[in-house]
Amino acid sequence: MLIPFFFKLREGGVPVSITELLLLLESLDARLAESSAEGFYYLARACLVKDERHFDRFDQVFAAYFKGAEALFGALTANIPEEWLRRMGESTLSEEDKAKIEALGGWDKLMETLKKRLEEQQERHQGGNKWIGTGGTSPFGAHGYNPEGIRIGQGESRNRRAVKVWDQREYRNLDDSVELGTRNIKIALRKLRRFAREGAPEHLDLDGTIDSTARNAGLLDLKFRPERHNAIKVLLFIDVGGSMYEHVRLCEELFSAARSEFKHLQYYYFHNFVYESVWQDNSRRHVQKVSTQEVMRTYGHDYKLIFVGDATMSPYEIVQPGGSVEHWNEESGAVWMQRLTRTWPHHVWLNPEPQQRWAHTPSVQLTRELVGDRMFPLTLHGLDQAIKALR
Amino acid sequence: MTARFQGSDSYVATEDLMMAVNAAVTLGRPLLVKGEPGTGKTQLAEEIASSLNKPLYRWHIKSTTKAQQGLYEYDAVSRLRDSQLGDAKVHDIGNYIVKGRLWEAFESDVQPVLLVDEIDKADIEFPNDLLHELDRMEFYVYETRRWVKATQRPIIVITSNNEKELPDAFLRRCFFHYIRFPDVATMERIVHVHYPTLKKELLAEALTSFFKLRDMPGLKKKPSTSELLDWIKLLVAEDIPPEALRSDDPKKAIPPLYGALLKNEQDVHLFEQLVFLHRRGGR
Repeated sequence: MLIPFFFKLREGGVPVSITELLLLLESLDARLAESSAEGFYYLARACLVKDERHFDRFDQVFAAYFKGAEALFGALTANIPEEWLRRMGESTLSEEDKAKIEALGGWDKLMETLKKRLEEQQERHQGGNKWIGTGGTSPFGAHGYNPEGIRIGQGESRNRRAVKVWDQREYRNLDDSVELGTRNIKIALRKLRRFAREGAPEHLDLDGTIDSTARNAGLLDLKFRPERHNAIKVLLFIDVGGSMYEHVRLCEELFSAARSEFKHLQYYYFHNFVYESVWQDNSRRHVQKVSTQEVMRTYGHDYKLIFVGDATMSPYEIVQPGGSVEHWNEESGAVWMQRLTRTWPHHVWLNPEPQQRWAHTPSVQLTRELVGDRMFPLTLHGLDQAIKALR
Repeated sequence: MTARFQGSDSYVATEDLMMAVNAAVTLGRPLLVKGEPGTGKTQLAEEIASSLNKPLYRWHIKSTTKAQQGLYEYDAVSRLRDSQLGDAKVHDIGNYIVKGRLWEAFESDVQPVLLVDEIDKADIEFPNDLLHELDRMEFYVYETRRWVKATQRPIIVITSNNEKELPDAFLRRCFFHYIRFPDVATMERIVHVHYPTLKKELLAEALTSFFKLRDMPGLKKKPSTSELLDWIKLLVAEDIPPEALRSDDPKKAIPPLYGALLKNEQDVHLFEQLVFLHRRGGR
């Protein structure tokens, strides 16, 4: 009965596997969740979801899958007066009765029967063992003893917790749009690490030691080798000014994270688009310019090139010679872009603008084509993708 | 049926946490626990061990930890040295096998609790190297050519601070629980467990200040449960009256001893600025 639920979860973007479904079934078999629907929800979540970012999606699918129930809850609270559902005295049921209730079987059947009963029933009902109401042994209604019962119109469960925990969607802000902090960015950037052994030999090289000891006729001859360091080289081109003002904080964070994470990091600034010159100091940008040609000659092909910019401007600034808003450029930005991407084949463009807006800005589309579709949003997820593209 | 974990006198477990722990215990699968720092992830393992009366083995992971170190290490250098000194020990390679935490836990006669603390600190490949060991609870010692099998499947608790993403294959084998930051009611229970004699008014005031502080926008590091407990300890030690915490009195808007809650000079600065603004606004 859980198989459709499993597929719904996969459709909903929760990466569940068969192993996990089997694990859930095994735990259900071990009677871990027999106490309540809530228990079932917690158990299912512990088994099927392995990342708190997916909790929200799980909650939504869970709610949607049992939507039959939801819809009925809605209908019930609409039709049945409040006082129907008021808490009644504890009903005293024998063990035998409780066992009978077990026999009614899983959710699916429960829902189906509930629907049918709802159609049949016209009045409020209390006690008894079939009709929906409170205090009885029917699985439908509140305060009853059916362990698999569906709670209707009852604020608190017997276990003193609200019913539809999954409907509160408490994990909403843990979903993928995690706010970028330097810490997060550092972690993301760390994936770009490439280790190489450089520097002073300090670590014991066991294989080397064994080898040279053997050659040394068994006399111990210790060998050392240098520690591993991150050898990745990064070249950062950052758009400043104009429309980038609103993204300053994000860019600052990315920049400071990158600075501490990469030993070999070079950075240059540009305004709107890259032309024949860039600069390293924003306060002296008109005095101290570096020609882009020079940058291209200085850093080897093994550098990873990362552009950061919103790419939002007039398309003329990209395709027309002289299109720049600040100065007369002999060659168009597109030409310079092609040179840069040819010099550093590992390149990406990070765009702080939300991805939904890209399609509405022609210059973003143009830039995207120029970087070979390697434009990613400046979010954790986008950064992850960008790093994959860089490797 | 094994005993169920219900939290303890010194640890407040929410219902979903109990469910996850009991599922992991019953089925003998590892339990992966994530959550904000200071929400009691590491302590959970200790509490499981003490409340179920089982021995606890801790394995703290660092950035240099290798999976192999948890199983065993072969001390080749001392064997080489012994061979040159002509020590008789050298003929048995077993003398140079140093057992790791996992091996120790596998050998335990009663079912142990094994804490693998901060697994995300290790190299990205680390969890992958432990897949088989955690799944089958056995491993092979190449040097002595023998299998080490767990006599009792240990209850494995793995904590992570989310610094690295863990591989899917690894996650598939675990139960997962995310310790959410406690709400006010749970927090009251937590504080009560730690300071049962605390005056009600002081607790109420302390919690209000604490949650207000957490809600302050722009904090670099939000204070956590463990910091709240430290702070309350200080408040009790200094015998601060509850009235001193009431922030609607503009003169005393800064909670005393706030150094226990804010751990970052920018945060303290921001906080003081806000309080300053608040005071001016109050006039």
